[in-house]
Amino acid sequence: MYVAVKGGETAIRNAHRLLADRRRGDRTLPSVTIEQIVEQLGLAVDRVMAEASLYDRPLAALAVRQSRGDLIEAIFLLRAYRTTLPRFGTSVPIDTAKMLVERRVSATYKDLPGGQLLGPTFDYTHRLLDPSLIADTPVEEPERREATGDAVMRVADILAHEGLIESDGEFPEDHQAGDITREPMEFPMPRDLRLQSLARGDEGFLLALGYSTQRGYGRTHPFVGEIRIGEVEVEIEVPELGFSVSLGRIQVTECQMVNQFKGSAKAPPQFTRGYGLIFGQSERKAMSMSLVDRALRAEEFGEDITAPAQDEEFVISHSDNVQATGFVEHLKLPHYVDFQAELALVRKMRADIEAARNGDNPMQEAAE
Amino acid sequence: MTDTPLLKVNSVSKFYGQRIGCKDVSFDLWPGEVLAIVGESGSGKTTLLNCISTRLMPTAGSVEYRMRDGNFRDLYHMGEAERRFLMRTDWGFVHQNPADGLRMTVSAGANVGERLMAVGDRHYGKIRDTASDWLTRVEIGTDRIDDQPRAFSGGMRQRLQIARNLVTNPRLVFMDEPTGGLDVSVQARLLDLVRGLVNDLGLAAIIVTHDLAVARLLSHRMMVMKDGFVIEHGLTDRVLDDPREPYTQLLVSSILQV
Amino acid sequence: MTDLASYNFAYLDEQTKRMIRRAILKAIAIPGYQVPFASREMPMPYGWGTGGVQVTASIIGPDDILKVIDQGADDTTNAVSIRAFFEKVANVAVTTHTKEATIIQTRHRIPEQKLGEGQVLVYQVPIPEPLRFLEPRETETRKMHALEEYGLMHVKLYEDIARNGRISTTYAYPVKVAGRYVMDPSPTPKFDNPKMHMSDALQLFGAGREKRIYAVPPYTDVVSLDFEDHPFEIQKFEQPCALCGARGVYLDEVVLDDKGGRMFVCSDTDHCEERREEGHTGEMPSQEAAE
Repeated sequence: MYVAVKGGETAIRNAHRLLADRRRGDRTLPSVTIEQIVEQLGLAVDRVMAEASLYDRPLAALAVRQSRGDLIEAIFLLRAYRTTLPRFGTSVPIDTAKMLVERRVSATYKDLPGGQLLGPTFDYTHRLLDPSLIADTPVEEPERREATGDAVMRVADILAHEGLIESDGEFPEDHQAGDITREPMEFPMPRDLRLQSLARGDEGFLLALGYSTQRGYGRTHPFVGEIRIGEVEVEIEVPELGFSVSLGRIQVTECQMVNQFKGSAKAPPQFTRGYGLIFGQSERKAMSMSLVDRALRAEEFGEDITAPAQDEEFVISHSDNVQATGFVEHLKLPHYVDFQAELALVRKMRADIEAARNGDNPMQEAAE
Repeated sequence: MTDTPLLKVNSVSKFYGQRIGCKDVSFDLWPGEVLAIVGESGSGKTTLLNCISTRLMPTAGSVEYRMRDGNFRDLYHMGEAERRFLMRTDWGFVHQNPADGLRMTVSAGANVGERLMAVGDRHYGKIRDTASDWLTRVEIGTDRIDDQPRAFSGGMRQRLQIARNLVTNPRLVFMDEPTGGLDVSVQARLLDLVRGLVNDLGLAAIIVTHDLAVARLLSHRMMVMKDGFVIEHGLTDRVLDDPREPYTQLLVSSILQV
Repeated sequence: MTDLASYNFAYLDEQTKRMIRRAILKAIAIPGYQVPFASREMPMPYGWGTGGVQVTASIIGPDDILKVIDQGADDTTNAVSIRAFFEKVANVAVTTHTKEATIIQTRHRIPEQKLGEGQVLVYQVPIPEPLRFLEPRETETRKMHALEEYGLMHVKLYEDIARNGRISTTYAYPVKVAGRYVMDPSPTPKFDNPKMHMSDALQLFGAGREKRIYAVPPYTDVVSLDFEDHPFEIQKFEQPCALCGARGVYLDEVVLDDKGGRMFVCSDTDHCEERREEGHTGEMPSQEAAE
């Protein structure tokens, strides 16, 4: 007697119980705390915040812990939470010129007002595994100095002062910032929505696309005008008050890429911009984003669209890793109804060919 | 030929910023008439062709087309749906590069049949018979009907593109350097074929070419373009045998030297 | 971080539901037209029914009775999971019986039992665009729909016949709705296409990842594309269901051993169970009795 497999609910329950067990691992070891994740796996937490579009370190750390360190899964968890939150309003644009800078480097000038500040970077570390980290030996306090309180001038502003770079892009007075999480996407997309999509796009995907532009698939002749990482004030305008109120500070990474100049006999040449802005500390993502942003502006500058990184519909439609992982992984769901349909067709076609080969029933249909 | 033109082109101009694409071009085209537009590259002949065929919107001017009901319609004031319908039924457009006008990954039969299906033919057998008939007319073996154009030579692809365009019995065909990418012996065969089809079907055609031999062989009338302007216009034999403009004389003499 | 889990009835907030209902109403007003909507991130992966779940969440009320099937079965894991989700966030009654349900959310099948007035069938849709694999660009496919340029669709069917002697599309078989829009019925086998035509029930389609909703209102023409001389045909199975003896239903193939042994059973588990309760049997139980 054939007994259909039943008990999906029990199976799921048991699977989830096993998952919880594997997540916790060896019970004789202390559980990793949210604070430890925030403090010691900070860059993982930052990536989750950036790609989930939600700035909340403890929640992102919870997601990292719950997902066993699978960052795309963690991003997914945090986004599913974010979508249930009410939206009270839109902040005033953050002012990165007033950033409390922890790191600031420019590749276009040797020295400049405010100086080059290396900050907490992996750059110039020799990538040698460090045995002292196994033993958890004490770590020295960092070198500190008093902040001057002066705003650190942005490189793009230095160039703009001379008219050497295109303006930052203007929207009409009545322009309302779009929200890709609230409105359906449509192509072609204005640059504000495109930048939003890129900001939450998959780091690996943007990295690969940015890299491809450097290898000639949509060259943009980039120079890192400036990368700055630090804290900025987030303010919101309260209509009843008539002025803006600070909600607090967030850490962001900004990359201003200075690209290939444009001009003509009449319009004097100016460098063009590619822009990247990311929650937390993520230089790789901010740089990739600015490369891809500039590549996607090909049409605006009358450049031929020949490379994947320049193709807006291609890039934006495939940059979201939560969408991508869902659809790739859905292939493991049952498809046996459709497979049965294909199976029956292939069997029938093979039978027809077999019959034709034996000469007893020429393939009438095909010969018609 | 009847008394009424098929197409009336009135002062069509196209500017790219300050640069002239073509300027102030007017002419009428009668049913069954073949007009060649000749000139060097950059003379504006392809811009003009694209404007007339509505693939490009001109800066100024109008083009009127006599529809099958006998009424003239201004092409630039037609809705997109109607214009696209016109383009795939009553018109043909033969590209210099066949890959631009064919579906390279779809069989020859479907390439020819597509327009029929687009206008509502729903009988596979009849579509296939028509496709097969057209392949024969353009000298492609019917045993190739299920092959993709990727497997075809340049000359065959161009003939397939012509069949794909003519299957709905259009009244007007635009051709942009139809023999451009082909070597000389293949060109001759294609020109013979086109001449035969145009005569048999009574097609009107506008052919852009830099090759005066093509104009001589196919066209009744020709226009010579230079720097965006039409500088000479007349019956093909007259223009080629008795060119009036110095530039045309130069063009004609340069070909005679060959 | 303490009040993480206070969700609205049926998970979505009321503004979102209102936005989705508007999209649904528009979809019903223009049968077969894909209405863009601001799909929300759901607590389940894209491609796993987020579109269907959002549609269901927007139309479900406390008095509804929900049935969820995947591949025709109520007990496939993803169906179980989605049903459990609505039990949790909407606390609604659920059922496996097709005729009891007021809303049926489905993936890949339409129930065998004829649906009635007042019932709503919600389809989970992975790729809503029937022209997608002929023309990948959204900007171009929207234009093709707007101008009703569907010749390419028949080119695909022509190629099937030229290559295989028959139309070899077996599922997600394109249909024309109310004589206007060509629509993807979602990856249901073409066996189910005729059930969409002039159905008494409202049919809603939700594609979450692709952010589209479309609909077939009750009593609407749904015609499968074909050629006059190669008419649309549905799959036929040679043998009846091995469990309940049903004919003219869609069957799943079950592999019994590694020697080619297999049996065919109803894909619609509810239909099969009801028939067996009514006393119908197939060859499999009787074999067991003889052993």
